[in-house]
This record gives sequence, structure tokens and C-alpha cells, in this order.
Amino acid sequence: MLATDKNSTLKQTPLHALHVARGGKMVPFAGYDMPVQYATGVLKEHLHTRTAAGLFDVSHMGQIVLRAKSGKVEDAALALEKLVPMDILSLAPGRQRYAQFTNETGGILDDLMVANFGDHLFLVVNAACKSEDEAHLRKHLADTCIIEPLPDRALIALQGPKAADVLARFCPEAPDMKFMDAGPHQVNGIACFVSRSGYTGEDGYEISIPNDQAEALTAALLDHPDVLPIGLGARDSLRLEAGMCLYGHDIDTTTTPVEGNLIWSIQKSRRTGGARAGGFFGSEAILAQLDGGASRQRVGLKPEGRAPVREGVLLFADATSSDPIGKVTSGGFGPSISAPIAMGYLPTSHAKEGTTVFAELRGQRMPMTVAPMPFVPNNYKR
Amino acid sequence: MTTLYTEDHEWLQIDGDIVTVGITDFAQSQLGDVVFVELPKIGRTLKKAEAAAVVESVKAASDVYAPISGEVVEINDGLAAEPALVNSDAESKAWFFKLKLADKSELDGLMDAEAYKAHSA
Repeated sequence: MLATDKNSTLKQTPLHALHVARGGKMVPFAGYDMPVQYATGVLKEHLHTRTAAGLFDVSHMGQIVLRAKSGKVEDAALALEKLVPMDILSLAPGRQRYAQFTNETGGILDDLMVANFGDHLFLVVNAACKSEDEAHLRKHLADTCIIEPLPDRALIALQGPKAADVLARFCPEAPDMKFMDAGPHQVNGIACFVSRSGYTGEDGYEISIPNDQAEALTAALLDHPDVLPIGLGARDSLRLEAGMCLYGHDIDTTTTPVEGNLIWSIQKSRRTGGARAGGFFGSEAILAQLDGGASRQRVGLKPEGRAPVREGVLLFADATSSDPIGKVTSGGFGPSISAPIAMGYLPTSHAKEGTTVFAELRGQRMPMTVAPMPFVPNNYKR
Repeated sequence: MTTLYTEDHEWLQIDGDIVTVGITDFAQSQLGDVVFVELPKIGRTLKKAEAAAVVESVKAASDVYAPISGEVVEINDGLAAEPALVNSDAESKAWFFKLKLADKSELDGLMDAEAYKAHSA
């Protein structure tokens, strides 16, 4: 009944028919009709990904090739460094790195993955931001670079401790890749881009496939008994347990990478005193925070008791104060640890691990402890 | 004993002036895996349509409304220990709370099983 209406306005990925055929419960997400879960359910899909292998459709995300007009990847890297606080120049061929596009005030326009494919860069950006990202790249880099979006490619993520064994059948060199290795590979004879990465905290791969071969390859991977299709619901709980930011929730144009606790992603060369310090949008604000500290930061939070504390819930310093000091930006239930978990922003004075703050939940103040992230240890093959 | 249903997918089992309330199997199937249930305190007086309990799935929180007015006389403590009962046995073991019926006329307009089946189809 709703499907007809939805389909007229929502975009579909090349795997849409496969999701529907496999019983995916479809919901609107970032302009696409996407599976939130399958018959297995969010809880089992989550746990399956942590113990075996889960297959996610992330084709709604944007894939963009950035190529310097000079033909040199170094020139594309230097150009991109105007838009991100990351060291792209030192990114070796065949390697990938996490980055953020920043604005003039140091806020985050989007977060993205950047891979060096030898003679060009390959970017993966968020679905909801992809057209703005492309415009941003064109506005600032078009004089030196060719910006080529790849709408003809699907993207899937195979995540979990059995991902390497499964993918080895289709791509024998896959198990030899290390975390954040990235490049072109034949997968079942299909010309794909493969990276050993993902957004679950588990070992795994992201595979970019030509649209017309995406369904066949995905179906072949799903035929493996260790692989289950996984929807957006478990994708969200997995990344939350892994302590990873969801753009538009945990980070946005009002949060800087320093406040977002993403300092690890800003290499020394771009910081004060580095070889290519600054020179990116918002560098003044971001370097000042790197040098002097930010007034607030993103933290992990563990609610006492069993009640999940979700996005938007206000945080207070004590059980009675009237002015909130922060807000939960993501929260829910962590199936792997069978407990509620959350993340949010707190003043640096209250951001130390072990600090107790209070969430106002349905009119009651519930204690929460500032906790280390990730909530579930990462399982990368470095 | 009569069982009636609300448009918001609660069921009510009426036994004299004691009304047992839960959510329907259809509702639990829509919510997905239930991980937490918050129940009203015994002795609380609820007005019809007031938010009385909260059921949280992995993904979202949903209110459970009082289908009629009345005083909470019993709650299902078992749900705190095993929220997944809502998924496995929504219309029996996973009852939420019992109310002492205050106004019998409030039962008018609630659906019987057949009407509810049509409503949730």
C-alpha cells in the first residue's frame, strides 16, 4: 500500500529487488528505499555480524574519483588537503584514510574515506551529503582536478570475523590485504574496488561493483552459509558499539573534528608546526582547539540500568540542576554487550572517563557514566 | 473473559473489574526485538489514552497507552528480567499491567478480535 507511494519519490539502489526478494523491511533513508532489517531481526543481524559475516548494501553512499589535471596523484592530494585537515599527500598508493570536509568555522560538512588508487584518489562520502560534497569539490578544486562521481557503481560491505574467508573464494588476494588497504581487484571475475575497511568495528571489506553486476555478486556472497543480509538497524547499533560517528547525528556543521574526538584522524603534518600545517577550511579554529583544547567533546556514555537513552536526550551535571550541560547524539541498546550505550557532547570539565552525569528521561534523571569507546573492541587486521 | 483491542495495538483482557493490558502480536512484530520495558508504578491512576508504559526495541522507543482509565493494581515484573517475552508471547505471558476498571462505558468503541484483525491487516 505504501510501497507504491514510496517508490515514486525514493531512489533505489541496484540491490533493491534483492532486498525485497529476501524479505527486507524497506524504509526511506537519505532519499533511498533501504532495508532496515530482514526477517532475522536487528538483534540477530547484529550478533551475526560480530560472530560470522554480515552483508550490507551501502550503494546509496557517494563514490567519487578525484583526478588531478596534471595526471599526478600528488597534485590531487594537495588539492584535497584544502578541504580536509588530513594528510592526504602521505597516503601511499593502495591505502585508505578517514577524513572530514570542514567549513570556514571548523564545522564538519561530511566525513569520508579517501583512497589512493595510484594515479587518482577514490572518495566515499555519505548519501545525504553526496550532491553537496560534489558541488563543494567542484567549487574549490575544479581548476586543478577532474571530479567524477560514479553513479554506475554499487557498494557493499562484507563485515565480520568470517568476511576474509568468505571473500577469499571470490578474490584470493583479499585475505592478504591489511586494514585500510584499498585498490582495484577482480572479485568473481568482476572489476571491483576493494578496501579492507567498514563501519562496524569488525574486520571486513567494502566492495565497489559495476551496477549491472552488483546483484549477481551480492547474491553469490549471500549464498555462503556464513553470510546474512544486514539492514540499517544493525548497521546503526554496530557502529554505535564501535564508537563511530554517524554524520548528521554525532558530527555536523556545528561540531569540529576536535570536539568530535576525531583528533586521531588529523595527522601531525597538518597541525601547528607540521610540514603543511593549516591551509584547510576552518584551520584557524581547529588548530586553536588542537593547541588549547576544545570546550566540549564527544564522549561515550553508559546509562545505569537497562533503559536505552536515545538521541536528543539532555544531559545534566547533577540530579537537580535546571540547565543542561550537553546532549545525547546517538544512543540505544548494544546487542553485543546486552546493555544500553550512548554517545554525546559534554563540557571538557565533565568529559573525563568515570564522570557521572544525568540524562533526563521521561521526566526522570538517570545517571550515566562517561565511558571509554569503543564499547566493543575493534577487530581489525592491521 | 473478553478480549478487546485498541487502534494503538494494545489488547485488554477483562475479568470483572480487573483489566489486563498488553501489546498485540502485530505490534511486537512491527517493533522488532524488544530490549526494555518500563512499566507504571502500582497505585498510579491512569487516564484513558495517557502514556502508561514504554517499550523499547533495539531501534526505537514506543509508548503504550492506557486503553481505559483506572488504578494500576499489578505489573508484570517478569518483563524487566526478560523483555524479549514481548516478542515471543505478546498476547499472554508478556502482559504489561493490570488496571482496576473505573468506568465501564470506556470499553465502548474498543475493537473485538475480528475488527482488530481488519484494522491491523
